[in-house]
Amino acid sequence: MGKTLAEKILSQKSGTDARAGQMVIASVDLVYVQDTTGPLTIRQWEASGLERVADPSRTIVFIDHAAPSPRRELSNDHIFMRAFAQKTGAILSEAGEGISHQIVAETYAKPGDVIVGADSHTCTGGALGAFATGMGSSDVAIATALGKTWFRVPETYKVVVNGHFSKGVYPKDLILHLIGAIGADGATYKALEFSGDAIAQMEMEGRLTIANMAVEAGAKVGLFPADDIARRYLEAQGRSHGFQPLQPDDDALYERVIEIDASTLEPTIAKPHTVDNIAATRELKGTKIDQVFIGTCTGGRIEDLAVAAAILHGRRRHPSTRLLVAPASKSVLMEALMAGYIETFVEAGAIILPPGCAACIGVHQGIPGDGEACLSTANRNFQGRMGNPQAFIYLASPATAAASAIIGEIADPRDML
Amino acid sequence: MPKPSYNGTTYRMEAKALILKGYVHKYGANVDTDVIIPARYLYTSEPAELAPHCMEDIDPSFQLRVKPGDIIVATTNFGCGSSREHAPIAIKAVGISCVIAQSFARIFYRNSMNMGLPILESDEAVAGTEKGDELEVDLTTGQIKNLTRGLTFQAKPYPPFVLELIEAGGLVEYTKRRLQAQKAKS
Repeated sequence: MGKTLAEKILSQKSGTDARAGQMVIASVDLVYVQDTTGPLTIRQWEASGLERVADPSRTIVFIDHAAPSPRRELSNDHIFMRAFAQKTGAILSEAGEGISHQIVAETYAKPGDVIVGADSHTCTGGALGAFATGMGSSDVAIATALGKTWFRVPETYKVVVNGHFSKGVYPKDLILHLIGAIGADGATYKALEFSGDAIAQMEMEGRLTIANMAVEAGAKVGLFPADDIARRYLEAQGRSHGFQPLQPDDDALYERVIEIDASTLEPTIAKPHTVDNIAATRELKGTKIDQVFIGTCTGGRIEDLAVAAAILHGRRRHPSTRLLVAPASKSVLMEALMAGYIETFVEAGAIILPPGCAACIGVHQGIPGDGEACLSTANRNFQGRMGNPQAFIYLASPATAAASAIIGEIADPRDML
Repeated sequence: MPKPSYNGTTYRMEAKALILKGYVHKYGANVDTDVIIPARYLYTSEPAELAPHCMEDIDPSFQLRVKPGDIIVATTNFGCGSSREHAPIAIKAVGISCVIAQSFARIFYRNSMNMGLPILESDEAVAGTEKGDELEVDLTTGQIKNLTRGLTFQAKPYPPFVLELIEAGGLVEYTKRRLQAQKAKS
């Protein structure tokens, strides 16, 4: 019997014949924390008495959630994190460098790696064929010290996407559609594994967004094969040395197969307050939007900014709708500057925020007011997520976000392309 | 290494009793970690500072009603969303002794074990329990008694190592004890 991608990677990293349902201890190639979960991870690491970091060159401390810090307590957390990096030799990614998951994709993740992070969206690395998953601070503290952790090898749902995306429909619409179809707990404990024509042709930026949101259906990991697209992405960063393609076996055993015809998808929105509460964008046209936020680890990459800039070029935001744009990383910001996207956004009336999580988690930079609606390209719309339980968050693609900023209401991007 | 002045202590659970008794606070599906403890309070991981904000976005009167030993009962996917361990810490710190749900989100499940917060899965117990009922839970057997209604339910009991983890007060304390035991042997 062949193996799924999850079984292949965990077999390799545990030195066993890993099969779904088994418990394995796997070596960990990369460990990272960010500034909401990092301080607790470091304190747990200190408390464990292990007093070591398995591999400082594969341990990263990111300052991205409150970057730059909006309050004294968080500034002190940052001091604490910098001191840990200094003392142990771990890598420090400072405020302004960008979102952990984006930098991991740009610089660190490789096909076949096992990656654990103290952030639920660590599963982003699955786009590059890495078994990447989020854990709590205590688990990550122990993995940091020992360079290994235990996993239950997940059963896999195979998601086969064939057909062509219509104009105005993007990978973000696909993943929102899938979460709506299977539910916020539809894949709890499972691996999602993506394949099909539409996946084979999808660029890495879209794959990263899809893998990132696997957790919004409860999944442990969202895996893509390491194919030519992955090789080219790594090549562009000068990281393709020793690239090994990674595909699931044809006779691998799947718990469930979900087939999606990309050509039937349309622009999709998640309504407040759960990610599986989806609707077709056209059904929500006319919903007043007070703030549009284009950014995050599911909407702040260069492809996302290119799509938004194409729609906003020569147009302006609606006078009663604020527009916030945060590139996912410093290198995305630099690329967007060179391509003229930032100029387009500023001319369209946008506020440009520093690379980082920005308004996504509600500690700073764009907390909506009572009763206000925010249309965001983020991955989560839980009540209070953006800092105000009295606000309403809609999730959509960067194209839908840009179109809606112009109209001041939820708009269908197909009307503007 | 300098420690932030507002938060100098390490989080540690006190050892746990294995028979729990308390009154029920009942919720529906998809209670996420953002409503359990909003990110705007994650400038600390001190249990005492997190406790007064637990559940405030989803249930503003929870804080007025909750008493030590109380039990949270919910339907499916409890604890979905972020990986923040502050969620089980806040639940413990506000005095909740146990969470019973039809199902839990993956990261929350593991975090709760690691923090020594007992959580149990039982469709029947959730269906047969209402807000304000008094429950008694035996973690060694997985038996849940609804004292108000005179009903008994059976959840899957924990394996011994998880009970040990809960008794120790969580993964870090458990690891520390094992390291000390190893050192004592050698």
